[in-house]
Amino acid sequence: MTDSAVVAIDRVSFGYDAAKPVLREVSLSMPHGKVIGIMGQSGCGKTTLLRIIGGARQPGSGTARVLGTLVNGLHGSALYALRRKLGMLFQFGALFTDMSVYDNVAFPMREHTDLPDELIHDLVLMKLEAVGLRGASRLTPSELSGGMARRVALARAIALDPQLMLYDEPFTALDPISFAVIARLIRRLNDSLGATSVIVSHDVKECLDIVDYVYFMSDGRIVAEGTPPDMRMTAQPFVRQFVRGETDGPIPFHYPAPGYGEDLAVRAAHD
Amino acid sequence: MTEGSEAGGLRRLFERLGAAVTARIWRLGFASRFFGYMLLHSGTALRRFHLTIREIYFAGVLSLIIILVSGMFVGMVLALQGYETLQRYGSSEALGVLVALSLVRELGPVVAGLLFASRAGSAITAEIGLMKATEQIAAMEMMAVDPIARVVAPRFWAGVISMPLLAALFSAMGIFGGYLVGVKLIGVDEGAFWSQMQASVDLREDILNGVIKSAVFGVAVTWIAVFEGYDAQPTAEGVSSATTRTVVTSSLAILALDFMLTALMFTGGNAR
Repeated sequence: MTDSAVVAIDRVSFGYDAAKPVLREVSLSMPHGKVIGIMGQSGCGKTTLLRIIGGARQPGSGTARVLGTLVNGLHGSALYALRRKLGMLFQFGALFTDMSVYDNVAFPMREHTDLPDELIHDLVLMKLEAVGLRGASRLTPSELSGGMARRVALARAIALDPQLMLYDEPFTALDPISFAVIARLIRRLNDSLGATSVIVSHDVKECLDIVDYVYFMSDGRIVAEGTPPDMRMTAQPFVRQFVRGETDGPIPFHYPAPGYGEDLAVRAAHD
Repeated sequence: MTEGSEAGGLRRLFERLGAAVTARIWRLGFASRFFGYMLLHSGTALRRFHLTIREIYFAGVLSLIIILVSGMFVGMVLALQGYETLQRYGSSEALGVLVALSLVRELGPVVAGLLFASRAGSAITAEIGLMKATEQIAAMEMMAVDPIARVVAPRFWAGVISMPLLAALFSAMGIFGGYLVGVKLIGVDEGAFWSQMQASVDLREDILNGVIKSAVFGVAVTWIAVFEGYDAQPTAEGVSSATTRTVVTSSLAILALDFMLTALMFTGGNAR
């Protein structure tokens, strides 16, 4: 491979409508074997960036390369060929509710390989063992807790040993124990699979514990980047506010509004 | 001043009307492309037929109770009402013909179609819509599996296969209900009831045309159901309004198509 970066995003802009760009000239590069965090507030464009990496959205301008393939204009069987090398964990797991845990994990194998049932059986149990849920293989998704569902979805995402794992808010609505379990699994699976992982999240403190490198996004731009120790020590006001969870700073507490007195006076005049 | 604002109001009215019409035409075009794409990607549903059989169970087998019970009652009512009218002209033995023709030509396909739309069509829309709202469809796409081939097409073919069978069962059950009321309860001659029916109901003219009708309704209802589910807004509200739209649109489609098919099939035959 001439280009060692697993994901190379070059000056990518994107907007659902032209007046409100979601991403503005974002550039980043993710080396092989690392766990990379993309953090920022809700609506800062981080999930859109993840969708572009997964080929679910096309960049408006700029180029995106994933595993050496140009994502721009990719569709149909070429896009599916790329996606077979990716694994994605959705926010709430997105397990197929009409299938058992076992069938969920077996799904990608049955769809994409001609492996005999006995082999699929062994592979599924190995994947479930990796996330500690071999005993739950006969349950249905409705019988699982939020954390367990997330782990089953993780087992399904790694079913075909992906080279790149994408995590969309993997920690949302988890109790502290499940949270720690998922975080450890992400790190461990990345290292044992020899994969590269991208985590999109706003749970900064916990994320900083497991990632190798982190990008901070705000309003469609990358505003800061660095290793976790650097980010904890940084003097940049945005990162400081974000890492410490302060309510006011570069990101204001108030949504833009006309003067408070003006608004109240108008009401008073009407009453 | 008033004239100006009136003209402005009128213009806005036309703009809104135009926008609504254009949006509907766009949607129809999108639904047609969706239909074509679904047919092109039906290979999986037909090759791995167990996927379709599973959906036949949900759409067809689980609709059996409502279809059979309704068919029975419709046949019983037909016999009561038919007997009232026929006996005035002294031709109550023709009750079997009346019940059978009404069911096989019209009521079987139409009522079974309406019931199928509200029982199975709404379920299909809600299921696909919820799969979309919970990102199951997106997850499938990220796993490089085409959801139209894997989720939509099997449901479509299941509906197309189930509908004529359900309509046939509806008619059969209705005739049985008519027999119970007409012969067993009211006392119409049993031999006349069956023999006149056999003599008057034509395999091609009546039964085959009824089967064609129900097949057309099956395509229409299931197409609307899968499209509404796939096109639903991925929220609780979006799924619920998509489900309602499925029932309303497919009911209207059944009645409109029924008129067209009846005009083509039966009026032409009689004129000759």
